[in-house]
Amino acid sequence: MQALGRRQFIKNGAFALGASLVTSGVSFARADSATKSRFVFVILRGALDGLAVVPPFGDPDYAGLRRDLALGAPGSSAGVLPLSHPFGLHPSCAFLHECFTARELVVFHAIASPYRERSHFDGQDVLENGNVRPHAVQTGWLNRALAAMPASRGAQRERGVTLGQNVPLVMRGPAAVTSWSPSKLAALDDDTLQRITDLYASDPLLAKRLADALAADEIAGSAQMARDGTDAQPSDAQPTKQDADQLAKRGKSGARYIEVVNAAAGFLRREDGPQVAVFDTTGWDTHANEGSAEGQLAGRLAALDSGLRMLKEQLGPAWQDTAVVLATEFGRTAAVNGTRGTDHGTGAAAFLVGGAVRGGRVVADWPGLSARALYQGRDLRPTLDLRSVLKGVLQEHLLVPYDAVESSVFPDSGDAKVARGLIRT
Amino acid sequence: MLQPFSAAIAANRFGLGARPGDLAHIGSDPTGWLDAQLKGSPPVLADAALRSSADTIAQSLELRREIRAARQASKNGDTAGLQAVGKIPQLFRPIYIAEVTARFRQAVSTDRPFLERVTQFWTNHFAVSVDKVAVLGVAGTLEREAIRPRVLGNFTDLLLAVEQHPAMLLYLDNHISIGPHSAAARILDGRNGKRRAGINENLAREIMELHTLGVGGGYTQTDVTTFAEVITGWSIGGDPQGPGPRAPGRRFAGRSIGGDTGGFSRGEPGKFLFRPELHEPGAKVVLGKRYPESGIEQGTAVLRDIAARPATARFIATKLCRHFIADDPEPAAIDRVAYAFSSSGGDLPTVYRALLAAPQAWTQPLSKYKTPSDYVISTFRGLELPVGDGRGSLGAFEVLGQRTWSPGSPAGWPDRSDDWSGASALMKRIEWADAVGQRVGGRRDAAGLAPQLLGETLTVNTRTAISRAASAPQALTLLLAAPEFMRR
Repeated sequence: MQALGRRQFIKNGAFALGASLVTSGVSFARADSATKSRFVFVILRGALDGLAVVPPFGDPDYAGLRRDLALGAPGSSAGVLPLSHPFGLHPSCAFLHECFTARELVVFHAIASPYRERSHFDGQDVLENGNVRPHAVQTGWLNRALAAMPASRGAQRERGVTLGQNVPLVMRGPAAVTSWSPSKLAALDDDTLQRITDLYASDPLLAKRLADALAADEIAGSAQMARDGTDAQPSDAQPTKQDADQLAKRGKSGARYIEVVNAAAGFLRREDGPQVAVFDTTGWDTHANEGSAEGQLAGRLAALDSGLRMLKEQLGPAWQDTAVVLATEFGRTAAVNGTRGTDHGTGAAAFLVGGAVRGGRVVADWPGLSARALYQGRDLRPTLDLRSVLKGVLQEHLLVPYDAVESSVFPDSGDAKVARGLIRT
Repeated sequence: MLQPFSAAIAANRFGLGARPGDLAHIGSDPTGWLDAQLKGSPPVLADAALRSSADTIAQSLELRREIRAARQASKNGDTAGLQAVGKIPQLFRPIYIAEVTARFRQAVSTDRPFLERVTQFWTNHFAVSVDKVAVLGVAGTLEREAIRPRVLGNFTDLLLAVEQHPAMLLYLDNHISIGPHSAAARILDGRNGKRRAGINENLAREIMELHTLGVGGGYTQTDVTTFAEVITGWSIGGDPQGPGPRAPGRRFAGRSIGGDTGGFSRGEPGKFLFRPELHEPGAKVVLGKRYPESGIEQGTAVLRDIAARPATARFIATKLCRHFIADDPEPAAIDRVAYAFSSSGGDLPTVYRALLAAPQAWTQPLSKYKTPSDYVISTFRGLELPVGDGRGSLGAFEVLGQRTWSPGSPAGWPDRSDDWSGASALMKRIEWADAVGQRVGGRRDAAGLAPQLLGETLTVNTRTAISRAASAPQALTLLLAAPEFMRR
């Protein structure tokens, strides 16, 4: 991160990387409210094209590299939504743009994990394991952060939930977490369930998993009742329906996404529920026919954006206590490839959004897209370590102690100075 | 002397789950039973209605033309033909269902389950994913045409067949990758002064990373890019306006290469075709070795050399041991299998025999958590359930989180316990077991069945729970939910 000091940050607000590491003034003052903090981590698997979702339309080399895929200035046909110069937001991201305007969104650009090769699978491993190398450990940074959090509400319960059948690496580890996904199958009768529970008594793995599943079902069941019941806010109904329609266009994956987002909100809304939710989305590996203002990627971004809007609506007042990070394993090539798509790259974009976020800015130490500036002559050069952002969010939002963040959560991350001021105080 | 549970291990770990009578049949010679399955040519799928990849792709090419015409007409106000747009998924979906059904039926009924397991292993190793619509209609043909006939052959032959199969070329975009100095590129770039042609390195990267050397297998980004140039021209015959929905080639092809002009090769529709006009000319250096220009042979030469590298032997050996033996197999087992791979020049039966000879394979029962697919197939085998036609029988794979041939990435499905044993996943498995118990439990004797399916791995706990069940359906549910039936 030394390079950061030499360049000008492009931003609307102050963002003091590498500033004082004293945290007590901030975190202890917020010890009470911290119990209400919610955090959502969305993994965008497949390497989201940062130059497509946050196009640097004002960069002199952008249009030449992106050719047919390039988006225009705000207001032009196929134009971006305005952020701060030289950046825009893809026109499919209407909700994220509203959040930017409402100062609830921070956009990060030229950001990357420490991983510098181009394998999806190793890249995702590093994104999730929080180490500098793939396969270094079998636990994830978010789980280790949960384990290090000060005791608070729901201490006896799982603090984290994965919306999906299985728990991704980022949520595996010592802290109790659970997973939940909607089921079309009939529930078991209590007697059979009791007998299976007994049968698993001497099998630690299955006993634990079954207990976790029962706890999650209980929470999800009451969340469902709450949603169907009287505490649903009438004003939410209209836009949610529109977004549901938008997602329904995407068929089964859209339907699954609706369920996932609703379930995430249901868990997080509960006062005694988990504080952290994780889910992932796929389909970002746009090697061919990526599209620009419209097309393949545009459709997926629209669905992602609609899902985030639904999340906000379903969370209701809890949105004010929520921070959502969207991150991908790496970026894509700066230039379009031979098949009107992009290949695996390095520097990417990431988002931090939510009512708890001090937003309305783009944080980027923009390296430029000139041939000399590109990483290995082909990729956006990463100038910001994703761990800096995650470390800042964990400390300011979830009050994970500094020592734990630097040691157990993100080992060997001394070069990635904590990003401060990302969360409202 | 083998362990007493060796028949159960043979049937459940190396097979697809015991059927009633299997363990008695295997008896005291489990390796003999497995070894015998490696003799004779591999079985083909019996269903005569299954279509070739060439047929399916050729038909989708026709539909693509229809759709293009309809789109063109709609620009002129005639929207009558626009319903053609959905025709490709409509063509592909029943083909996919028929392929999955045939494969499922084979897995449930086969007397050579070890062979079926290695077939499924290779299909997942060389994974394509049907969430890319272009491969929905041909995913099954990759297994049937390229993999199945070669699972008892040589790894290099298997590799070559897979990388030249239209499903793989479509999935990883190589059919439209264009050498920057190829004849096609010269035409396209000259046309409007803008560069349009170029390589797509997707297939080249995944061959090195996922199919052969593995990450850390000694290749660089330059090797990937150069290898991508080497295999430019590895494409699919037919109208070069491109098979599959939204093939990017169509734009350039429509202007200059397609149709009857341009003098470019067409080949047989839907079949592998080397298109010299797309191939990047010249000698190239991959992994430190120089390959003179030789058209398609340049690519096959690189593949042969990559297949023979020690990193490939070790990568394949590690995956095989992880799949069959344990999440973290002993290094000695990997060494043994890698040595067999290298010293036999990739002779697959030799490799499988080395796997069977690893002591760890037999001393550690139930070390693998079943994938949803393993779980469903072993249930159908154990209960001798019929696989019906259509979507009904296939729903289980989807509900339990493993829709056939849809791993979502070219890495295939993951292969460790943590990837499948999530709380929600376990609950669904139990609910599904209960649904099966409710439906057929009244006609099964779970107490009698348990030792037949689980042999010596059946625990006293499970036996007791089944015997004390309140009803026959509940007894069957408990058998299917038992820890030893969740694992293999």
